[in-house]
Amino acid sequence: MKYRIWGGIVLLLVLLFAANLFLGSARIPFRAVLGILVGEEGEKTAWTYIVWQTRFPQAVTALFSGASLAVAGLMLQTVFANPLAGPSILGIDSGASLGVALVMLLCGGTVGAVTVGLTFSGYVAVVVGAFAGAALILGLIIFFSTLIRSNVMLLIIGMMMGYIASSAISLLNFFATAEGVFSYTMWGMGDFSGVSAGQLPFFCGILSVGLLLALLLMKPLNALLLGERYAGNLGINVRRVRVVLLISTGLLTAVTTAFCGPIAFIGLAVPHIARLLLGTSNHNFLLPVTMLCGAVIALLCNLISVLPGSAGVIPLNAITPVLGAPVIIYVIVNQRKIQYFH
Amino acid sequence: MSAADLTIGYRTGRRVTRVHEHLSFRLYPGELTCLLGANGMGKSTLLRTLAASQPALSGELLLEGRPLSHYSEKERSRRIGMVLTDKTQAGGLTVYELVALGRQPHTGFFGRLHRQDHVRIAEALEAVGIAHKAQSYTAELSDGERQKVMIAKAVVQECPLILLDEPTAFLDVVSRIEIMDLLHKLAVEQNKAILLSTHNVEQALVLADKLWLLSQERGLQCGVTEDLILNHRMDSLFGRPDIQFDYAHGVYYPIVHGCRQIVVESEDDTLLHWTVNALNRRHYACVQSIPDNTSLPSLRASAPDRLLLNQSGKTTLCSSFEELLSLLVN
Repeated sequence: MKYRIWGGIVLLLVLLFAANLFLGSARIPFRAVLGILVGEEGEKTAWTYIVWQTRFPQAVTALFSGASLAVAGLMLQTVFANPLAGPSILGIDSGASLGVALVMLLCGGTVGAVTVGLTFSGYVAVVVGAFAGAALILGLIIFFSTLIRSNVMLLIIGMMMGYIASSAISLLNFFATAEGVFSYTMWGMGDFSGVSAGQLPFFCGILSVGLLLALLLMKPLNALLLGERYAGNLGINVRRVRVVLLISTGLLTAVTTAFCGPIAFIGLAVPHIARLLLGTSNHNFLLPVTMLCGAVIALLCNLISVLPGSAGVIPLNAITPVLGAPVIIYVIVNQRKIQYFH
Repeated sequence: MSAADLTIGYRTGRRVTRVHEHLSFRLYPGELTCLLGANGMGKSTLLRTLAASQPALSGELLLEGRPLSHYSEKERSRRIGMVLTDKTQAGGLTVYELVALGRQPHTGFFGRLHRQDHVRIAEALEAVGIAHKAQSYTAELSDGERQKVMIAKAVVQECPLILLDEPTAFLDVVSRIEIMDLLHKLAVEQNKAILLSTHNVEQALVLADKLWLLSQERGLQCGVTEDLILNHRMDSLFGRPDIQFDYAHGVYYPIVHGCRQIVVESEDDTLLHWTVNALNRRHYACVQSIPDNTSLPSLRASAPDRLLLNQSGKTTLCSSFEELLSLLVN
């Protein structure tokens, strides 16, 4: 059963990935795309450019971002013993945004110009800034988690820190130029087109590190389902696991946020979709399936965003809540019947 | 496991809170030991210290002849299994998967289970009597069943020592007896040293091979259950003069502030016990034999439906306690 679900998701992933290459704002005939993909020179050089320089990086970005945000959400939900935790709820992506905003301001650029004409060292700085911001918020939340036992209270503290980060960002925006504010707003809407073909290896490389760390945490994450003291009794070094988890979620959230903007709901909702599909909290299955589901949902969102065709691109943050919020509402309404809440 | 001159407590910054000093004890394989004590007396602190989740302030704590603090986390996890009262979020795991978590100290990096792990898990599920629920979600279990699953988890850890923090809290009488019985069986059959803290005095006295009594007054007193009881060590456990231990029946009861006295007689011990129980509840202090003062009311219980009450010179035969008690009120 579990393997059938697995197979289904992989199939869906391949189909959606292909759809993302064949469909886009510009109309390119099916045969032409096929030709370009197998290496033929397209009828128009613009088409080749669009497929290889726009659609392909965008699809890969969506795939990696979706997997990253989803798995970051899953890890946070497990470690905070709260099914409603997630990178955006806990204010981690606000922290990353703050880091990005600060770096951009200090570099003299504007927020959101991440994608435009930055040198390699430039976007390393942006990613480092985002990571520092995300890690700061995560670290603070983990610090508070040692003081506060109630997870709901902790979630609220996370939200509060998110607000503080947002207010700092507002302040930065206040001092920024009009173009700066505009580009920040555009960036804030979320968009998988932010990674160019040249940046793609760097982007995927760092995310792969984060995803790999997450895969290495499967065993301790399962132990953490029993709570920290039980995990400790099972030989898990809880403090070390927390640090690795902080680095992993920090990397995953920070890098996706730096390049694609703060994307809401994927981190929160996808772990639930995966759990409901699989009917288990066992991370040996749940973690890889969450990654795959995250990639599927992100590719789907990206596909929806180009639906208007030449009329423009719908911002991601207009799509993800529409898909994610109903899932969360369903889960909350049915929590008595859903095993993993107990 | 053994301890000599152990001090347990907390260190917060420079302040040191000593909960207990000069503790010496020993846990033996094949024995079930029950730790009794009032709330706030340091039972959990002691258990945490034994589990090394909190360091001892001073003294020596040896596990298999080696200081406990010298063990790595991994080594400890193969020697001390724990069952806690912590809330878990494992409802989405099946019973089998949850018990399998207990194999973590023995499995590799990804926690992959091998044939021998599966054998151990199946054995443990059988031993605690939950094998028929192996594929159920833990969310669907009753409290008693969940406790059995956690015990199975500790069993597959294959630790010579198992510590349990109030394993029978929140359980109904049947589950309480089942769990205690199960733990005693595990101690004997699998030759494990089992220590559990409990408020369940009744079952502890029946099934514990050893008792550890933790009190403010006397610190930690260890010994075989019957030795402690027959040496009248139970009185000081709660350190309250108004709570007494009934050595005949093995229960604690509040001292009666008898404002009235009554003479009670009966040949049948059970009947006498429950008659006294009923009268105590109505604030009668019961006197066994008749002293010179004959102005006291007296009660002769020859059968539960033959209770002869003599009150201010008038004798009434009551056929039930209901009748008797209503007469006494008037």
